[in-house]
Amino acid sequence: MAETMTVNGSEHPIPDDPRVTLLDFLRHDLRLSGTKKGCDHGQCGACTVIVNGIRINSCLTLAAMHDGDHVTTIEGLGTPDAPSDLQRAFVEHDGYQCGYCTPGQICSATAMLEEIANGWPSDASNDLEGPVEPSGEEIRERMSGNLCRCGAYANIVAAIRDVAGEPKT
Amino acid sequence: MRQFQYQRARTLDDATGLVSQDSTMAIAGGTNLLDLMKLQVETPGELADVNRIGFGEIEDTPEGGLRIGALATNTETAVHPRVRRDYPLLARAILAGATQQLRNKATTGGNLCQRTRCFYFMNIDQPCNKREPGSGCGAIDGVAKLHAVLGSSDQCIATYPGDMAVAMSALDAQVSIVSGDGGERSVPVREFHCLPGDTPWRDNVLEQGEIITAVTLPAPVMGGQLYRKVRERSSYAFALVSIAAVVELQHGKFTRADLAFGGLAHKPWHDPRIADALIGQAPSDDLYDTAADLLLEDAQGHGENEFKIPLARRTLHAVLKQAVEEAA
Repeated sequence: MAETMTVNGSEHPIPDDPRVTLLDFLRHDLRLSGTKKGCDHGQCGACTVIVNGIRINSCLTLAAMHDGDHVTTIEGLGTPDAPSDLQRAFVEHDGYQCGYCTPGQICSATAMLEEIANGWPSDASNDLEGPVEPSGEEIRERMSGNLCRCGAYANIVAAIRDVAGEPKT
Repeated sequence: MRQFQYQRARTLDDATGLVSQDSTMAIAGGTNLLDLMKLQVETPGELADVNRIGFGEIEDTPEGGLRIGALATNTETAVHPRVRRDYPLLARAILAGATQQLRNKATTGGNLCQRTRCFYFMNIDQPCNKREPGSGCGAIDGVAKLHAVLGSSDQCIATYPGDMAVAMSALDAQVSIVSGDGGERSVPVREFHCLPGDTPWRDNVLEQGEIITAVTLPAPVMGGQLYRKVRERSSYAFALVSIAAVVELQHGKFTRADLAFGGLAHKPWHDPRIADALIGQAPSDDLYDTAADLLLEDAQGHGENEFKIPLARRTLHAVLKQAVEEAA
């Protein structure tokens, strides 16, 4: 049986050429150009997608390695008419200038809020075992894999905090 | 990327069989390997995908320790309840490295085998004895800010870039390795990585055909555990100097002082003389100076990285002070 992966709910055959990264598969083969190629080396985070609920750099993984996996891209999170909470918040808070990093920022933040809800600690957490408050410091640390060359960070953090809810501290 | 064949291993036997071929490399998370393949620093003829052979579990050992499967991701290890409770040093070290996206893919085995981030190693237009034996070392007398001050050779001054292994060295963990003929061996993390010497292309003791299956942590110890990483940015940067410390005191004197150092050498640096000097003694600045003297007695800077020598001394003081407070 042919190997497939599911992208935003639709099943697609895995490409034959093993060199195709997940990022190139999404953009070139599936024409899902929301996911962006920035550095292509895992440094900028523009290519961030969610695979089986976990955020990863799609540039640093081969499509061939994702048989049976479920991939969610920015196109799968919401639509212009029905945006996700984070998509809406990025618009409201002006969480971008050029917008190139935005799909990666939003995919990353979507998975990050799950990580916080799961109580996963970060390098910014004082307590490894305690509940995590989505403070500005926590969000900045957890989003350090997503660069914004326009420097819209203040508004990006504001958008994420809007959705995360105001922390107690 | 250069063309390569892709094979998915189904079992451990499959995997060891595949990687026994000279031109075959194992791929797990792939975050370092694919980066290097795009730069043509690595040009394997075949990739053996080992992600689906099992070995992703994190399990208690009968001795009270923890066995971390080679395919457990850095995230899975860092958020594991026992790692957070009993080995906070390891959780801290992992969380101090890379980004969440990378830690979500990077594996225990792959992280141990990650290669240096030396600029000359990563640029195929530059000389590098590690990448191309005999071509020279561009870093010596070159851009060497991140480079080694301990244990380097006239062939190579690259550093091991990781954080996880530095914590595992302080914890005296063991690496389990299997080979295609069914052989199994266990190597202390402290002996897993090599110094460059005359064979700088050799990062670690893993032989062709061998696969890492797990890293086992001994039973946890009481006292203070600390990982401090000094870097140029507060997130997503490699260590200039990092120190992992496991410290116990009784009646005001050290009874344990297991220290490992990152950013200083071609491997996580562990010098047993430091524990010997500290154990049985009461904490003091003079004692910490003695420890730093031992650590740095053969340290040699290369221009841009000379700052690491005083930085390591100051960081060692700070870490010991804080670890003693936590252990008290």
